[in-house]
Amino acid sequence: MTKKNIDRRDFLKRLGLGTAVTGITLAGCKSEAEKVVSAQSSLPSSEVSAEDMTYRVNPKTGEKVSLLGYGCMRWPMMKNPEGDGEIVDQDAVNDLVDYAIAHGVNYFDTAPPYVRGLSEEATGIALSRHPRDSYFLATKMSNHHLARTGLKGRELFDASVAMYRNSFEKLRTDYFDYYLLHNIGGETGLPFLMQRFFDSGLLDFLLEEREAGRIRNLGFSYHGDVKVFDYMLSLHDEVHWDFVQIQLNYVDYRHASGMNFNAEYLYDELAKRGIPAVIMEPLLGGRLASLSDHLNSRLKQREPENSIASWAFRFAGSFPGVLTVLSGMTYIEHLQDNLRTYAPLKPLNDSELALLEDTAVEMISYPSVPCTACEYCMPCPYGINIPAIFSHYNKCVNEGNIPSSSQSEGYREARRAFLVGYDRSVPKLRQASHCIGCNQCAPHCPQSIRIPDELHRIDEYVEKLKQETL
Amino acid sequence: MDKIKKTVKKSRPFNILKAIRRVLAVSSILMVTLLFLDFTGLASRWFGWMVRIQFLPAVLALNVGVIIALVALTLIFGRIYCSVICPLGIMQDIFAWFGLRQKKNRYSYSPAKNILRYTFLALMVVAVIAGISVIVTLLAPYSAYGRIVQSILSPVWQWGNNLLAHWAETRGSYMFYSVDIWLRSGLTLCVAVVTLAVLAFLSWRNGRTYCNTVCPVGTVLGFLARFSFLKPVIDTSKCNSCGLCARNCKAACIDNKNHKIDYSRCVACMDCISNCHQGAISYGRPQKVSRPESETENAGASRRQFLSVAAVAVTTAVAKAQEKTVDGGLAVIEDKVRPQRKTRIVPPGAQSLKNMSDHCTACQLCVVSCPNEVLRPSGDIMTFMQPESSYERGYCRPECTRCSDVCPSGAILPITVAEKSSIQIGHAVWIKDNCIPLTDGVPCGNCARHCPVGAITMIPSVPGDENSLKIPMVDTERCIGCGACENLCPARPFSAIYVEGNQRHRIV
Repeated sequence: MTKKNIDRRDFLKRLGLGTAVTGITLAGCKSEAEKVVSAQSSLPSSEVSAEDMTYRVNPKTGEKVSLLGYGCMRWPMMKNPEGDGEIVDQDAVNDLVDYAIAHGVNYFDTAPPYVRGLSEEATGIALSRHPRDSYFLATKMSNHHLARTGLKGRELFDASVAMYRNSFEKLRTDYFDYYLLHNIGGETGLPFLMQRFFDSGLLDFLLEEREAGRIRNLGFSYHGDVKVFDYMLSLHDEVHWDFVQIQLNYVDYRHASGMNFNAEYLYDELAKRGIPAVIMEPLLGGRLASLSDHLNSRLKQREPENSIASWAFRFAGSFPGVLTVLSGMTYIEHLQDNLRTYAPLKPLNDSELALLEDTAVEMISYPSVPCTACEYCMPCPYGINIPAIFSHYNKCVNEGNIPSSSQSEGYREARRAFLVGYDRSVPKLRQASHCIGCNQCAPHCPQSIRIPDELHRIDEYVEKLKQETL
Repeated sequence: MDKIKKTVKKSRPFNILKAIRRVLAVSSILMVTLLFLDFTGLASRWFGWMVRIQFLPAVLALNVGVIIALVALTLIFGRIYCSVICPLGIMQDIFAWFGLRQKKNRYSYSPAKNILRYTFLALMVVAVIAGISVIVTLLAPYSAYGRIVQSILSPVWQWGNNLLAHWAETRGSYMFYSVDIWLRSGLTLCVAVVTLAVLAFLSWRNGRTYCNTVCPVGTVLGFLARFSFLKPVIDTSKCNSCGLCARNCKAACIDNKNHKIDYSRCVACMDCISNCHQGAISYGRPQKVSRPESETENAGASRRQFLSVAAVAVTTAVAKAQEKTVDGGLAVIEDKVRPQRKTRIVPPGAQSLKNMSDHCTACQLCVVSCPNEVLRPSGDIMTFMQPESSYERGYCRPECTRCSDVCPSGAILPITVAEKSSIQIGHAVWIKDNCIPLTDGVPCGNCARHCPVGAITMIPSVPGDENSLKIPMVDTERCIGCGACENLCPARPFSAIYVEGNQRHRIV
């Protein structure tokens, strides 16, 4: 108990430290942000106005960035009317972008491989219908896809530059407000980083591009090996990173999974150097949008009218060194909910922070798989639908449909819900039983999930349920 | 006026027999049909006995109790088996009922086609003894009905279920789950469609032609029914020879001119009793048994041979349950292709290929009951429409004994889950050329991971090199032939490991 109190104080101190050092201030309507939120705007059905949006100031450029950033990795899809497969539902994307801009969102984050490679173009089409100075555009150097195929040195450089130039074309622009070295820290860690940006000379090229003004802010997005993160920050004096994108949410803050490093450390390191943080996975790919009944009810009792997701966004937004919090909003309802949370932001108080820490501690005791459905592992060459399997499993964990034994209370209902739901969410041929364990997926996972092990674990569980040998 | 009053008054008590017959008939056809339609395994718990009292399966299963009971039933009541137990007979009554609604008095007496029916019976006896299963399966009435339900009605039922499942899904309910609708055998579908069309046509026009000319069960029961204790009798003192009874007798067995009923063909439907305005026919004990006189020829009622009925157009395009096609995020998965097996596989409990072909009447009950999409009717002429296993869509799962639970004819004998794990129905064979570690250069072992009896061990592909990719080694002494390895093998369209059947099943 005492320890928890200290931790909490410690935590608040860090928040304060962040403010003091970075000098990033709540801009615009600071007084409004701290004002008691009117009853009207907290109602779920109410419209929020663009003036209420909380903005943060980029210390380098002085530009005001909306605390809610639009992540363009999960655009709505539709059946391709001419042929097989799916395409981006452009009309829906346009509507979402229009709505977001009308309500004060001005940061849009995409990358070449997003949405099966369709995101940049769809985002570009939607945004080009608005004045170029009404939004900030972020995209990435995703040459890990190129380096993975074995490209090196000059060849990798040329292919990467081609990727860079292609992004201008797709996004219909002649400058990027924010440009990131994408997904640093994955695969083999430092050697892979070297291959991608140093041995090939690509970083020098990007620095020149920044000089030339085609890149207004240069940064990187990081997952995985912390040595890579430390190395990149050690270059700060030389390179001057304008921002860094990290994964931060109330679970990863102190309980990061796999190879990922606790966000507390990452954020503090950035705050020390005054580097603004852009936040990804604030909602863990939707996993923090709905928890177990028990955890949901605790949060709902505190804020009966606000969504479970709003807690995660308030958590990420409460850090003053955060420039913007990215959310991949597929549906207008998600966008509306997040707008309500950030227009304006009501920062978390210490008891609320303690509640979320407690929630995180309980969550990590569950057997959930920390998948955020980013689909970096896809497509599996053997046709397994990896994110769908994990998503079904996690859903059952949250809903209490993972009986531990046939003697458990409600075993029959839980068994049926698990098995029937499994066949519904994943076609039989794409289920975990078909995973051969070739391990081609695992190195691509930003959450460093040991995918084949987890699939085999789930498959064994399914077998026990089917054979009733639990 | 008087006459009408009299008729109404008289007909009332007689109608009760017909009503009882109808209630029994409708309930039994509903039970049997539900048994064939149900894929959850619940119906077999409740109505499983309905198929065990079917005559031919009981004979093939040597189910003496049922045979004695059916013989006794016939000796007391006549061929009521054909009216209230046999689903094919009841189905024909339903078509005949529609026929009669369209046109009253449409039948007429015709003499028995003795040569034909004895030929079919002899054929059946020879086929059963000689083990020519194709003849048995084609002639067996209960099996013909089973095929019709399995091939034609079942897809409709499942489609309806899938609609409900879709509806349940949108409401977050797990009450219904969707099932794959797939064509198990085009040939069996053809046979079922032709059978249905021919029988519908014949019964709609002429009533029980099939039952009294082709059906071997009908012929056997006909022998017994001649001597039944109770039967419809004509009171010649009341009969005015109006012929109403004969013109509404679907068995065409009432010779009203001679006041005779051919009891070998009468299915005890009780229709004639209420049809007689004179109240001359009653169901009871005949006063005196009169020797049947030589049957008069019936020139007027010439009938088309059912065998010459024109071929019926058959739709073979049956909707195959499609995997959802997506690209980009999901690799396309090729369908598995059935391997050429030297020996076919029959499910555990079947004991041997011979036992299967000796006892199976190809009713398809096991095929519709199989929840793992393993069983399907054979297309081979020697084992025509009898079930066989194949593992392209699923495998014979360890917890399932559904086919052995439902089989009424002793072709698949009852087994327990524990027994199943020790019955070797076949053995796995490895095909080096298809094996993924060798073709794709990645580790696999999915066969070994899923073998329920641990019969597969992964060994280095390079002898002595522990670090080389591993390939499977099958211990055929332990393998039970369930097909988990074949089904879950990532090699497509042909698996790198497949099951060869065992002629005779062994116990480990």
